[in-house]
Amino acid sequence: MPAFDLLQPTTAADAQNLLQQHGSDAWVLAGGLDSFDWLKDRIKKPKVVVDLSGVDELRGVRPASDGGVEIGAMTTLTEVVKNPIIKERFALLSEGAELAASPQIRNQGTLGGNVSQDARCHYYRAGWPCYRAGGNICYADTPEGRNREHAILGADRCVAVNPSDSAPALIALEAKFVIRSSQGERVVEAEDYFIGPGIDITRLNILKPGDLLTAIRIPATWAGSKFYFEKVRDRNVWDFALLNIAAAMKVSGGNIDAARIVVNGAAARPLRLKAVEDAVKGKPANAATGEMAGKLAIEGAVPLQFNAYKIPLMRNLVKRAIGGVEVATWA
Amino acid sequence: VQWATSPFGQVVPIHIAWVLIWVFAIAGLAFLVVHAIWARYFAAEEEFSGAPSAAIVAAVPAEVPRHSLAARMFHWIMAASMLTLLVTAFLPKVGVRFPWVTYHWIAGAVLTVSILYHIIHATFFMDFWAIWPDKEDIEDAGRRLKRFLGQDAPAPRRFAKYPLENKMYHGAIIATGLAVILTGVFMMFRVRTAFFPRNPYLFGDMTWGLMYVLHGLAGVSLIALIMIHIYFALRPEKLVITKSMVFGSMPKEYYLEHHDPERWTVEATTSKGASA
Repeated sequence: MPAFDLLQPTTAADAQNLLQQHGSDAWVLAGGLDSFDWLKDRIKKPKVVVDLSGVDELRGVRPASDGGVEIGAMTTLTEVVKNPIIKERFALLSEGAELAASPQIRNQGTLGGNVSQDARCHYYRAGWPCYRAGGNICYADTPEGRNREHAILGADRCVAVNPSDSAPALIALEAKFVIRSSQGERVVEAEDYFIGPGIDITRLNILKPGDLLTAIRIPATWAGSKFYFEKVRDRNVWDFALLNIAAAMKVSGGNIDAARIVVNGAAARPLRLKAVEDAVKGKPANAATGEMAGKLAIEGAVPLQFNAYKIPLMRNLVKRAIGGVEVATWA
Repeated sequence: VQWATSPFGQVVPIHIAWVLIWVFAIAGLAFLVVHAIWARYFAAEEEFSGAPSAAIVAAVPAEVPRHSLAARMFHWIMAASMLTLLVTAFLPKVGVRFPWVTYHWIAGAVLTVSILYHIIHATFFMDFWAIWPDKEDIEDAGRRLKRFLGQDAPAPRRFAKYPLENKMYHGAIIATGLAVILTGVFMMFRVRTAFFPRNPYLFGDMTWGLMYVLHGLAGVSLIALIMIHIYFALRPEKLVITKSMVFGSMPKEYYLEHHDPERWTVEATTSKGASA
């Protein structure tokens, strides 16, 4: 690995101060699963690494007074999966987190790291000077480019996708992200934490140098709702999603009163399907509604050379999220 | 210039260093401040040699047509597209985040079409040479310089339709404008637009890199040029010219004071008709 100064703060305040002090020279190390790829490949060469593993206040799941929970950003995915409150009230997140990577990685990987990890486009990760790396080309979006895993929606020069499994679940649960900076603490909607290339082509989220994600708060709003999470990947363990879907629905008398449906792996940010949510409101949670919703979900999708399969895949995931697994067809 | 190593190991330019945005913005601002101070405290009264004959003065209409409606429309469409291009190009680079690419290429397409129109209009329907420096402009510039340096020289003649500064500015805009347009049209092959299919391999990495650098250099130059243009348009002594770009004409008095009717002939009419 390239040489760097390793700083190991023990409080969130110290960590944020260090990040502020070193600005863009600093690298935040949480579980290290994303970081060590970059560092050992010598693609990223930060002068300073701020290791958060000693900051205990960033760990743990705390019940909130409103019936929700607050999850420290350094809480491991395994802890999230096994937490009884999350399992009972917000099973959507447990399911999403449990499908991330492998058991070993979930033991080490953190929730904050999972939502903040960088794009997995192989051209970008290989250190090629693409748009996301500050260059002026997307190597994946070419006739010969390997783009099977890339975006079908929201592409803007760069076609990389967000790889997180927990992010869509958190957006569906209306989670809020707590960010600490030199200006103090601010809380943003999970949906607004993620950004596409049109806003900033070099980042997948709103964190700027000096910012520290400290916690994720899930309100009680969707506790105990009907949840659906499905991840489609090439192998059943230790693989990123080709597409995943997280849905939270309030259903009464067979009709959908409210829904939040989020797809990831389709764009550079997890996509909340607001048009679908509006369209299914008041309709029965059945195959016909799922059919309609699936068609609506893929409107505007633009396939690349090798990822057209994602369009029927996304349509079917939305169908299954609304009408149940048995309604999907792969025609 | 920012450099990168291509997948083939070639070191290629990728774009300008974004700090140049501030360099050119500050340079433009410095010019405005220095000029404003000079104009306020040190500039001498304008003096011209000769005077038009009474017959010529009598023939000049009260309102002298200067810019036709077509020319004014072109100017303001170009101005709107140019400002849109600058805002969409550089605000994201200084931290104002918004999805700028689509707005940028649409504004670029509008600018390209308007410039094509202007080239045809100026070549076939206007006095093409009116905006290019001529022998008298150079001679008069020499006279002004000598007088500025305290040397003995006759007063310069009145201007033709455009003073030399206007002509030089127009030349700078031609150079930078054509550079951004030509490179910009090719750069549209790298993004998804309504015009042609993407082809990021239209050129090699080095050619693309040089194109991005030229686009950026011309772009940041335009920051300073546009600042200077707006500054002069708002200066009190130039407001008559600015108003003529809105209403199409300028008062007879201003025309006779600053322009030479023999170098810029106007029709003896009182209508606000189109001018070449």
